[in-house]
Amino acid sequence: MSVLTVNNLTKQFGKFTALDGVNIEVNEGEIYGFIGPNGAGKSTTIRVLLGILKATQGSATIFGQDAWSDAVDIHKHIAYVPGDVNLWPNLTGGEVIDLFVKLRGSNNQSRREELIEKFNLDPTKKCRTYSKGNRQKVALVAAFASDADLYILDEPTSGLDPLMEQVFQQYVLEMKNKGKSVLLSSHILSEVEKLCDRVGIIRQGKMIESGTLGELRHLTRVHMLVETKQPLTDLNELKGVHAIEEKDQAVSFQVDAEALDNVIKHVSQFGIVKLESSPPTLEDLFMRHYEQKDESEVGGAS
Amino acid sequence: MALKKTGSLFRFMLRRDRLRMPLWLIGITFFTLAVPVAFVDLYASQQERDGMAETMANPAMTAMVGPADLDNYTIGVMSAHQMLLLTAVVVGLMSILLVTRHTRADEEDGRLEMIRALPVGRLSNLNATLLVLCATHVVLALITGFGLYALGIDSMGLEGSLLYGTTLGATGIFFAGVTALFAQLFENSRATIGFSIAVLLVAYLVRAVGDVGNETISWFSPLNWVTRTEVYANNHWEPLVLMLGVAVVLGVLANYLNAIRDLEAGFFPARPGRKNASAFLQSPMGLALKLQRTGMIAWAVGLFVMGLSYGSVLGDLEAFFEGNEMMEQMLVAEEGYTLTEQFIPTLMIAMGLLATVPPGMAMLKLYGEEKKNRVEHLLGRAVSRARLMGSYLLIAIANGFVMLSLTGIGLWAAGDAVMEEGLDFGMIYGAALIYYPAVLVIIGLAVLFIGVLPKLGSIIWLYVLYSFIALYFGGLFDFPEWVGQLSPYGYIPELPVDDMAWMPVSMLVIVAIILMIIGFVGYRRRDIEG
Ligand SMILES: Nc1ncnc2c1ncn2[C@@H]1O[C@H](COP(=O)(O)OP(=O)(O)OP(=O)(O)O)[C@@H](O)[C@H]1O
Ligand SMILES: [Mg+2]
Repeated sequence: MSVLTVNNLTKQFGKFTALDGVNIEVNEGEIYGFIGPNGAGKSTTIRVLLGILKATQGSATIFGQDAWSDAVDIHKHIAYVPGDVNLWPNLTGGEVIDLFVKLRGSNNQSRREELIEKFNLDPTKKCRTYSKGNRQKVALVAAFASDADLYILDEPTSGLDPLMEQVFQQYVLEMKNKGKSVLLSSHILSEVEKLCDRVGIIRQGKMIESGTLGELRHLTRVHMLVETKQPLTDLNELKGVHAIEEKDQAVSFQVDAEALDNVIKHVSQFGIVKLESSPPTLEDLFMRHYEQKDESEVGGAS
Repeated sequence: MALKKTGSLFRFMLRRDRLRMPLWLIGITFFTLAVPVAFVDLYASQQERDGMAETMANPAMTAMVGPADLDNYTIGVMSAHQMLLLTAVVVGLMSILLVTRHTRADEEDGRLEMIRALPVGRLSNLNATLLVLCATHVVLALITGFGLYALGIDSMGLEGSLLYGTTLGATGIFFAGVTALFAQLFENSRATIGFSIAVLLVAYLVRAVGDVGNETISWFSPLNWVTRTEVYANNHWEPLVLMLGVAVVLGVLANYLNAIRDLEAGFFPARPGRKNASAFLQSPMGLALKLQRTGMIAWAVGLFVMGLSYGSVLGDLEAFFEGNEMMEQMLVAEEGYTLTEQFIPTLMIAMGLLATVPPGMAMLKLYGEEKKNRVEHLLGRAVSRARLMGSYLLIAIANGFVMLSLTGIGLWAAGDAVMEEGLDFGMIYGAALIYYPAVLVIIGLAVLFIGVLPKLGSIIWLYVLYSFIALYFGGLFDFPEWVGQLSPYGYIPELPVDDMAWMPVSMLVIVAIILMIIGFVGYRRRDIEG
């Protein structure tokens, strides 16, 4: 069942189109990774979902309710962590956490204490004195201490150290196990790869890819490292082979998924001594979209 | 080494202030030059000026603008008497805002950290700031000084004109020193501005009390030194030597404190705070109140003290009127009111306008929070926009009521104590509270701007300033009636002298409500910035 649906969402700031026909669907019990380069429109999408910005066109619904007009009702069941956590300098972290939890409704003291301890936060300090990571922890503790059905997290870990990052991942997975849903925007692709069931990639306000990691991988290239008895020739003449690099005896290259069969046939003629292949990482996927962008721009210019 | 690259920072600050500085300078110069020109028209003969001197020769006016040589009330003396002190206060304010902006505000927001990571000395930023301010005030001294002289008014000679300008400049440098010092002591820019303005206000009040009662007290106030220059009368330069001397001491002290402290630290270390939110801090309203608490208390105390100071003058006023036939003739026009009572509306309009500032700030705070990206924490939770704005509005409405009440109560308490036959509480309180509908209109205007054109919210301050000039100076300069009627304060009956007029007062309330409704509708429709 879908918890969050964004349909053909367009948002304009004056003449500038920040979002252009964005579609997203997050199902119950699913972690959805939302990635894209800086300024792509991730935060803008999320702020429309929170009813803080008004959509120019299209619809955004959460729990079947409209993100703009039913904002207050919806917010009773969601928890949000912004990327830039700006807090009130003269309140303590503990006060802010309590206020945030209270404003959502429920209150669970023991859970709060546990989170503060796990995230290693001093709640008696004024927010003025917190580092970026500590401010983020305040928002995370407040989010995880509330009993929400949907967690909307906008780059929640950009200031956390690796240890805290693990604590964070642990809590996200715990939420998933409880059947909650998560929308996670992030630049840390290993994190997205580890946590998310499905991923959407946005660029310049347009969704350019979405699906499970498996599906996305299918669209992309496999890394190969081959060592052959006879020197491997004519590789660059095959379709779907990229980034060929000679390494001592071996050759490394990338192959488009659909060309794999052909390439293996070709390579086997030279007598394979060693063959390693690794699936594309999310980073490759991501980079490929950059490359495509560059290529298309070059193409457009000529 | 500690001062390395001060010159570069100096130029950088001038660049950052390339609009702000000229606006301040032009504003202050324009005001300074416009007044004597107006006086030449309005009070052409010595006879008229002596009449003016008579009106000024009472303790209330002395408390407000300081002493002067009233037997020799030339255009020059009159301009300096009525304008110099108030202008000096504005110049002081300018220094406070500019110094804070370049010191503690930059430091608090982490910009100074980036500067300090460059090959820049530890004290360079502070001293570049002080240099910028000194340079600005030298320019101010010269353009106002020569500008006044250039008006070619007989009683305004070269020495007096330059002294006038230098007094303004020296006051500016003095308060730059005060602010530089507080910027070291406090960890945030709000406290820096708050305490610096407190010094400015206390200086004003100390000299008010001293000038009326005991001159020795006055000498403790730097703003007294401003009036003691006796510009265009005896032209004393000595008080300015004192002023600049103290300013240098303040600057050295600020440098010392800056040298021995850590970046982003102050001298009042943060104590551990509460681990849990109090029962009070559980709603948008509780939060808004907590955020503004200190500021509101400071304003409340300030306005109450102001009421008290004006009130304490009423006793002297009465004694003064008794012996002064001419004054009695002048003011006796209204039947059935004592002279003191007739003087009350003049005091009330000033206090009513000042009492508009804290509720206006309380309302605009909502947009300040938005700009700092903090309202999304609330709106991202189960808080509706109407509830959020409503919380701020309720606080502003209550705030305005309390502030006005305090001015009235202060005035009554002190006045009742010093006057022989006492004062009627109802009369004074009513004369204060009658301004409430106008305050509501200003609050409504703030709501409207926040809802519809949030970036322009500060316009309400221009409007308040306009109201002050139109109504407070309206009498002095004989403005046409419509000038006052462009301000909501112009429709308020001047109790107790005027009769109560329900019609305009209810209209103001209705206008305020309409403004608020439009603001609410707009706020529910627009994007939240940040
Ligand atoms: N209030 C606004 N007015 C005008 N333009 C805006 C506004 N808010 C965002 N934008 C623009 O919309 C685009 C999308 O911004 P957004 O913050 O959504 O990017 P993002 O994907 O979150 O980037 P990042 O990864 O850097 O956080 C940017 O080009 C930004 O400049
Ligand atoms: Mg973002």
